[in-house]
Amino acid sequence: MKQLVLLGLVFAVIGLAPFVISSEFTLNLVIMVLYAALLGQAWNILGGYGGQFSFGHAAYFGTGAYTVAVLQVQLGINPWLGLVAGGVMAMLVAAFIGFATFRYGLRGSYFALVTLAFAEVLRILSNSVPFTGAGVGILIPLDQSAANFQFASKQGFFWVIWVMTLAAFATVWWIGKSRFGAQLMAVRDNEDAARALGVEAFKVKMGAIMLSGLFSGLAGVFYAQYFLYLDPYIAYGPAISIESLLVPIVGGLGTLFGPLLGAIGLHLISEATRELIGDLPGISLVIYGIVLVIMVLFMPRGLAGLVRRLWPKPAPAKAQATEGGHA
Amino acid sequence: MLEVRGLVKSFGGVKASNNVSLSVPEGRITSLIGPNGAGKTTLFALITGFHKPDAGSVHFLGEDITGLPPEKIAQRGMVRTFQIVQPFAGQTVRENIAVGAHLHVQSRADALEKAEDVAGKVGLGDRLDMDAASLTVAGRKRLEVARALATDPKLILFDEVLAGLNPSEIRDVIPVIRAVREEGVTILLIEHVMQAVMSLSEHTWVLNQGALIAEGTPADVVGHPLVVEAYLGKGMAERIAKREAHHA
Repeated sequence: MKQLVLLGLVFAVIGLAPFVISSEFTLNLVIMVLYAALLGQAWNILGGYGGQFSFGHAAYFGTGAYTVAVLQVQLGINPWLGLVAGGVMAMLVAAFIGFATFRYGLRGSYFALVTLAFAEVLRILSNSVPFTGAGVGILIPLDQSAANFQFASKQGFFWVIWVMTLAAFATVWWIGKSRFGAQLMAVRDNEDAARALGVEAFKVKMGAIMLSGLFSGLAGVFYAQYFLYLDPYIAYGPAISIESLLVPIVGGLGTLFGPLLGAIGLHLISEATRELIGDLPGISLVIYGIVLVIMVLFMPRGLAGLVRRLWPKPAPAKAQATEGGHA
Repeated sequence: MLEVRGLVKSFGGVKASNNVSLSVPEGRITSLIGPNGAGKTTLFALITGFHKPDAGSVHFLGEDITGLPPEKIAQRGMVRTFQIVQPFAGQTVRENIAVGAHLHVQSRADALEKAEDVAGKVGLGDRLDMDAASLTVAGRKRLEVARALATDPKLILFDEVLAGLNPSEIRDVIPVIRAVREEGVTILLIEHVMQAVMSLSEHTWVLNQGALIAEGTPADVVGHPLVVEAYLGKGMAERIAKREAHHA
């Protein structure tokens, strides 16, 4: 309950941004932080709570993005409908990949490699079929109106990403409080023990990958409408997969607020490097790599773990006192 | 209640389970003993669906459950514990037990409450908020029992819940097992600690090299020549008999 109040407060404060920030540049930064938090939270559902490390979340992101773009450009379908279709398509792709991997009990690095492979297959496919614009990419024609999911000001986009991200965070809050979440974490921590207690590990993992795919797909839809251009490398390339997993790992795996902390931290770092080093191509990936190594070595619980260490939960006093008696 | 008929399982050239048939009557504590490597844990894995048998069948409550996955078997009311304890590390004792409780309880609050209740029964009531990974070995064994118990099972299979405990801890845990039975749960246990087998179980099956070699009350079984030989080596039964005759 306390977490829900905190979640409400945090999003209320973030919601003040369009009222107090007048600079488009700064508002864009807030939008990109929310977008990164959405990507990260999507990955966190499967990776952080489910323990299934995917290296191919671009598969869902790209599917969401391409769905809304192709429906618009090739069939003239309204992007708000495309938003729904993009989410659903991403979820279906996730269901397919989940079925193909979990059915055969792939875990750990095998699961990671297969998801990476699926994303690459989709990248190559989208590079060769005509309706995605192949290697040239697909350009969504500029036609600014709210009915068309293209806003003249950044504020409109802000509210869309705010709602999407809030939905993802609220879902994860629910996961932390539900039977589904308890079973998902049990599968993460010990699949055999969970199954012995009657947890249907396959179903639980399918649920997690589909939720995860849904929110990644929504992030993809948002990206397509915000930047109005996609190509196979943007949509299905490894950069998105890496960002998806880096955000929650830096922020704190399997925690509600980890992805938000991670998104803020990573954006601060990338802005700082841009200031210091300039726009050297690839430099942000180098910095990300270094950050990842440092986090894994020194802060395996991420920024959320650091926050916990600085302000520890008041431990129930009787819990420790009695352990000695049984030792 | 549990009826095992002709179970066969081979790993390569090793027959880990060779035509094993046994039955567990309702409301009793039945035990399964045998030297290391006799195939006891394999038999548990076959019964609870972690391995698929090459031949034979398992019937539980009159229904054929051969080859069902472990979660389906648990849902029907048969759960196992693990010899090598498998806590959900990083979760508290309360959360660990709640996973079991969730089998039949939808609401998180109710499951956590039930976890507290069950923890009290196995003597973990004072360690509910501890991380399961920081429990002592004895504590983790209790946690295994608690999680299984929280699923409201009809039959529990305990795989060496007493192994690795010191004599005073064993004295503490034996009443816990007895209390489980008092609640109407049938028990099949694998155990090396003979003190426990003798004091707890009413019927014992003896397994050696994948095959059943004896059955009966614990007192009968320990004197059985085949059992003596399984534990102490060929010819030992004869030598002991001779020495006893000599002394007499």
